[in-house]
Amino acid sequence: MASFSTTATLDQPQVSRGNEAGAPPIFGGGDGGRPGRGLPDYPTRLRRARLGLLVALTPVVMLFVSFTSAYVVRQGLPTLDPRTNQLVHDWIPVKLPALLWVNTVVLLLSSVGMELARRQMKVAAAVVTTKRVGPVPANTEGKTPWLTMTIALGLLFLLGQWMAWKQLAASGFYVETTPSSSFVYLLTGAHAVHLMGGVVALLVAGLFVLLRRSVMTRSIVVDVAGWYWHFMAVLWVYILCLLEFAR
Amino acid sequence: MATHEFAAHAAHAHAAPQGFIRKYIFSLDHKVIGLQYFFLALVAVFTGIFLSLLMRIHLVWPTASLPFFGEIKPETYLSLLTMHGTIMVFFVLTTAPQGGFGNYFLPIQIGAPDMAFPVLNMLSFWTTFLGFLVLVAAFFVTGGAPLHGWTGYAPLSALPSAGPGEGLGADLWIISIAIFCIGALMGALNFITTTLDMRAKGMTLMRMPLTCWAWFVTAILGLLAFGVLLSAGILLLMDRQLGTSFFVPLVTVNGVLTGHKGGSPLLWQHLFWFFGHPEVYIAILPAMGLCSQLLSVFSRKPIFGYKAMVYAILAIGFLGFMVWGHHMFMSGMSPYTAFAFSIMTMGIGVPSAIKTFNWLGTLWRGKIRFSSPMLFAIGFVSLFVVGGISGPFLAQPVLDIYLHETYFVIAHFHLIMGVASIFGIFAATYYWFPKMFGRMMNETLAKTHFWLTFVGAYAIFMPMHYYGMAGGLRRYSQGTEVAWIHKLAPIQQFITFAAFITIASQFIFVFNLFWSMKKGEKATDNPWEATTLEWTTATPPPHDNFGGITPVVHNGPYEYSVPGAPRDFVMQTDAPVAAKH
Repeated sequence: MASFSTTATLDQPQVSRGNEAGAPPIFGGGDGGRPGRGLPDYPTRLRRARLGLLVALTPVVMLFVSFTSAYVVRQGLPTLDPRTNQLVHDWIPVKLPALLWVNTVVLLLSSVGMELARRQMKVAAAVVTTKRVGPVPANTEGKTPWLTMTIALGLLFLLGQWMAWKQLAASGFYVETTPSSSFVYLLTGAHAVHLMGGVVALLVAGLFVLLRRSVMTRSIVVDVAGWYWHFMAVLWVYILCLLEFAR
Repeated sequence: MATHEFAAHAAHAHAAPQGFIRKYIFSLDHKVIGLQYFFLALVAVFTGIFLSLLMRIHLVWPTASLPFFGEIKPETYLSLLTMHGTIMVFFVLTTAPQGGFGNYFLPIQIGAPDMAFPVLNMLSFWTTFLGFLVLVAAFFVTGGAPLHGWTGYAPLSALPSAGPGEGLGADLWIISIAIFCIGALMGALNFITTTLDMRAKGMTLMRMPLTCWAWFVTAILGLLAFGVLLSAGILLLMDRQLGTSFFVPLVTVNGVLTGHKGGSPLLWQHLFWFFGHPEVYIAILPAMGLCSQLLSVFSRKPIFGYKAMVYAILAIGFLGFMVWGHHMFMSGMSPYTAFAFSIMTMGIGVPSAIKTFNWLGTLWRGKIRFSSPMLFAIGFVSLFVVGGISGPFLAQPVLDIYLHETYFVIAHFHLIMGVASIFGIFAATYYWFPKMFGRMMNETLAKTHFWLTFVGAYAIFMPMHYYGMAGGLRRYSQGTEVAWIHKLAPIQQFITFAAFITIASQFIFVFNLFWSMKKGEKATDNPWEATTLEWTTATPPPHDNFGGITPVVHNGPYEYSVPGAPRDFVMQTDAPVAAKH
């Protein structure tokens, strides 16, 4: 049973600073040699986590593709007006609150912060593995200003979305008012829920500092959460364009 | 998306757990999780069978008063129908072949110590389990279980006032489906990452057993389909709870306006069937992969046309996303659109026929061993052909408009999606039981079970074709009051008696399953003399699957009767054979 090797080898992480030239290949297995059967090495773990994220994003894309198709179909549907007995369109275009544009800037800024945090963590992981020291003192790796900034901006974005909802409601557009307002709430809400997942992931990464988890584990969490975060930013821009330009 | 999971766990490097809870309840071991899925499906299948039993009794004796249930009212019949379909499709046909056997054997067959993300794997099972509890809870709330069928067509499914069971029961139904989607997506994520990233050295994609190909493609289908079902479920829940009008048009219930307007019931159907048709392949593909495997093992021959089989699996998976409209010919559709869907649907016949002929080619002049797994595999091919051949008929809009609302469709999809997949599950159980539990199942009981089930399944579903063609309508709880349907009553009686016998014979299986776990003959490591990696390791496999050894693969998965080889099979880990087929 207890057949795992207990000595985890700390291999040199493949650090890349920006151009991702040293990024591990996505598809492995079947052809390459494999290190021991204990803890997989850093590149293997990173590659696997990134592949997992890529796969996990597929259903998220499908979810929003599906919402989009419903959006397009519903927009074109006429309904019967029982008073006049005529077919009319009940789709009233929603004037989006200007606050959404501010929120967009906040989210894009957070994405920049995320990228800086991601690179910072990779450097930290590289430092640890090259020095081959034991547990790293918390103070050298505990400083994660970019991570903190990303979380703060992410929460600010969510708060801004909530306020935008309030403004929408104040202008008379509730969820059930018209199908277009239903979609505004649906798409912003679904995006917010997914972003909250990203915030939770980042909080977990922050928590790892306190839990003294290895810096490599944290680096992988931050890396994957980073790509997820960028995806959320792109997704938001798409949603905003859909709501603004396909009213 | 549980991102923290990816790195929170150093992949599979978890030591064997000691405590009962970590070992058997919240286990991270894919083998334990596979068994959990298997037993969940076993509970679910008997729940589903029981519901069908009540329906069969009601159809023949509509006014009978049953112990505990009293007289089954028409709306109760509809809720039985809904829950039977939902439980069977989601918690049996999707759960057992993929979640159960896929979880247990995919990592072993590709030479991996576990799934890529064990914590996610555990979560996916417990999410699915929660989904099942929520679904069953719908029976016990005010109004009871929903009436809208497993397809949940709006506006019936979207209006709480539309009938008993459409209140809280329907909410629970939608929530259960949403939970199931999330569980299935987590599972699919694991399957795909594991297949792509964790194969042993030498296990190239084209050396994977066809079971692994089938699980892999099934996971891709799930990944693309369940997100769409989830979106449809969210929209439906909003229509029900928030007063939106995505699916509900201007409609009155009992003369009262509902307040909705402008929504499209067809939109629900499109979204649902975009998931629903791939779901059919999610149910059947693992069985196809498994039966390809078994026909080769028990014919002592390489599978006929391995590459063609792989490409056929991929083609079926791809075309499965192109044909959802054929479920909606009745619902109103441009004839041009219907034509396109019709052609694509018949196109699926091509890869299906390739698979069928390859199965027959594998059997041809083989040294066939009629063990119980082989019987069920051959039974699968038979059911697949018989159930599939009515597909091209139904794919034609002209014929479908007549047949769609009849038992002909019931017969078609039960044979191909239901019984054929279940035969795959049976075959897998008889085949892998020795590896999972270290003992053999009783062969006499197994063969008795096979013949009763095989003949019984045909006795139930073949007459339904005639009943349908003669105009027997589906979803009707009572045929006795309609003159032309009443004339067909003897067919229904025959089906019900056949169902009694077939259902009763399933207890032979359950008895054999549990009896053999304790009393079965001890199994060797490779009782079927098969070649794939699961038979190279101990029985049952150790926690890390290979006891610290990293398997290295040199051969394809179906090297049987290789000329010049010392035995009539060459294991995947044996020294390379030069012979090419």
